[in-house]
Amino acid sequence: MKKQVIALLMAAVMVGSMAACGSDGAETTTAAADTATTAAEAEEGKEEAAAGDNVLVMATNAEFPPYEYHDGGDIVGIDVEVAEAIAKKLGMTLEIEDIAFDSIIPELESGKADIGVAGMTVDEDRLKNVDFTEPYTTASQVIIVKEDSDIAGPDDLKGKYIGVQLGTTGDIYASDYEADGSTIERYNNGFEAVQAMQQGKIDAVVIDNEPAKVFVSQNEGIKILDEALTVEEYAIAIKKGNTELLDKINKALAELKESGELQAIIDKYISAE
Amino acid sequence: MSEKFRADFYQNFIEDDRWKYIVNGLGNTIKITLFAVLLGIALGFLVAIIRSTFEKTGKLKLLNLLCRVYLTVIRGTPVLIQLLLIYFVVFGSVRIDKSLVAILAFGINSGAYVAEIFRSGIMSIDNGQLEAGRSLGFNYSQTMIYIIMPQAFKNVLPALGNEFIVLLKETSVAGYIAIQDLTKGADIIRSRTYSAFMPLMAAAVIYLVMVMIFTYFVQRLERRLRSSDH
Repeated sequence: MKKQVIALLMAAVMVGSMAACGSDGAETTTAAADTATTAAEAEEGKEEAAAGDNVLVMATNAEFPPYEYHDGGDIVGIDVEVAEAIAKKLGMTLEIEDIAFDSIIPELESGKADIGVAGMTVDEDRLKNVDFTEPYTTASQVIIVKEDSDIAGPDDLKGKYIGVQLGTTGDIYASDYEADGSTIERYNNGFEAVQAMQQGKIDAVVIDNEPAKVFVSQNEGIKILDEALTVEEYAIAIKKGNTELLDKINKALAELKESGELQAIIDKYISAE
Repeated sequence: MSEKFRADFYQNFIEDDRWKYIVNGLGNTIKITLFAVLLGIALGFLVAIIRSTFEKTGKLKLLNLLCRVYLTVIRGTPVLIQLLLIYFVVFGSVRIDKSLVAILAFGINSGAYVAEIFRSGIMSIDNGQLEAGRSLGFNYSQTMIYIIMPQAFKNVLPALGNEFIVLLKETSVAGYIAIQDLTKGADIIRSRTYSAFMPLMAAAVIYLVMVMIFTYFVQRLERRLRSSDH
């Protein structure tokens, strides 16, 4: 156990020095020659350059299609592929940890995971506890209702029973309606909220746009309202103060955006649904 | 250190009136537990009477069979699954007060355990007591009410208190059907502030205090019932 920790630490130091070299071409001349070559290899995305224990641990909650979900024995989705692409750019191996959504940030804080990629929206409360990278995609909080519902827009949610997934952005925004006499029912999973709505137990479900599309395509008699509740941006969460990793991931993200790889990943999942 | 503690406390309980999640949750937990306990006692008492009457006299054969099925099914499956079944299957397509669902689920569940506790109490009273009652001219139910039951109750009180403590804590799974009980209240705060320690500790301490108060009253009751011993 202790040896592993030391190995990880050493790996982190190595990665750090690589990033220092890679981030600015002019500075590489001052670095030792062998480090520079390792960095160059890492830049090219060669995984062999990374040692076996050079692992990037990603914390997620794989119950959020199409961003992350279980497919057979594997966890797949947009976030997973984005994280894999980033890990490849950094010359690291990705390891996925599937935990409860509200445990992701504590997991980052305690250092058990390096990045939180779980369709997370940047908001003020979260910023108190973690840092966020540049957003990699935008998403909106939409309202799902039964096809014969009299709810036509966000204003009609007042005084209604609204189902959400606990701790998600939809939960936070929907909770604002509590002041208007709405009842917020916080389920542990998005599909449970949808199921409760189909059974007539609640009037509407507020959830992210992409999983909403999946729910609607898989269930008869429900629809997404045209008018979204909010529009927001998803980003990767990183332990507060770990600017080194933050910069590296931002750089990798920028490259992925430029090459069109990022859009290709998103299209792959969203057009497929 | 204390500065950080104060800041954490503020963020978790004071900011945005988050303490209300805990207080409302506590109210729901108490409500569900109280009514589930009453339902459990009623059900358990009924089942215990049927079962012990069958064992002592051989009557009520069919009812006894039904009770045994109830005990087997309820004690053989997790309470969480029973709760989900009642919410999503039994009341599949109706809007129903969720507290009622929880009271039914936990009450029916507790009833099975209470039944066996009561039955053990009844069976623990020596058969000679029953015979004595009958020979004094009491009929079967009079003997049960005036002679067997008071003694049985005293014997089962500790086990009964135990069952209620278990029930109180078991209601913490009510959050699965989106009821905002004490545990869910803490979970909601946790999902807003991303800190685990404060909300979970608060919930834990409240459960602990409730159990301690309850235990105190059960002990007092036990002592009073024992004052007639010797």
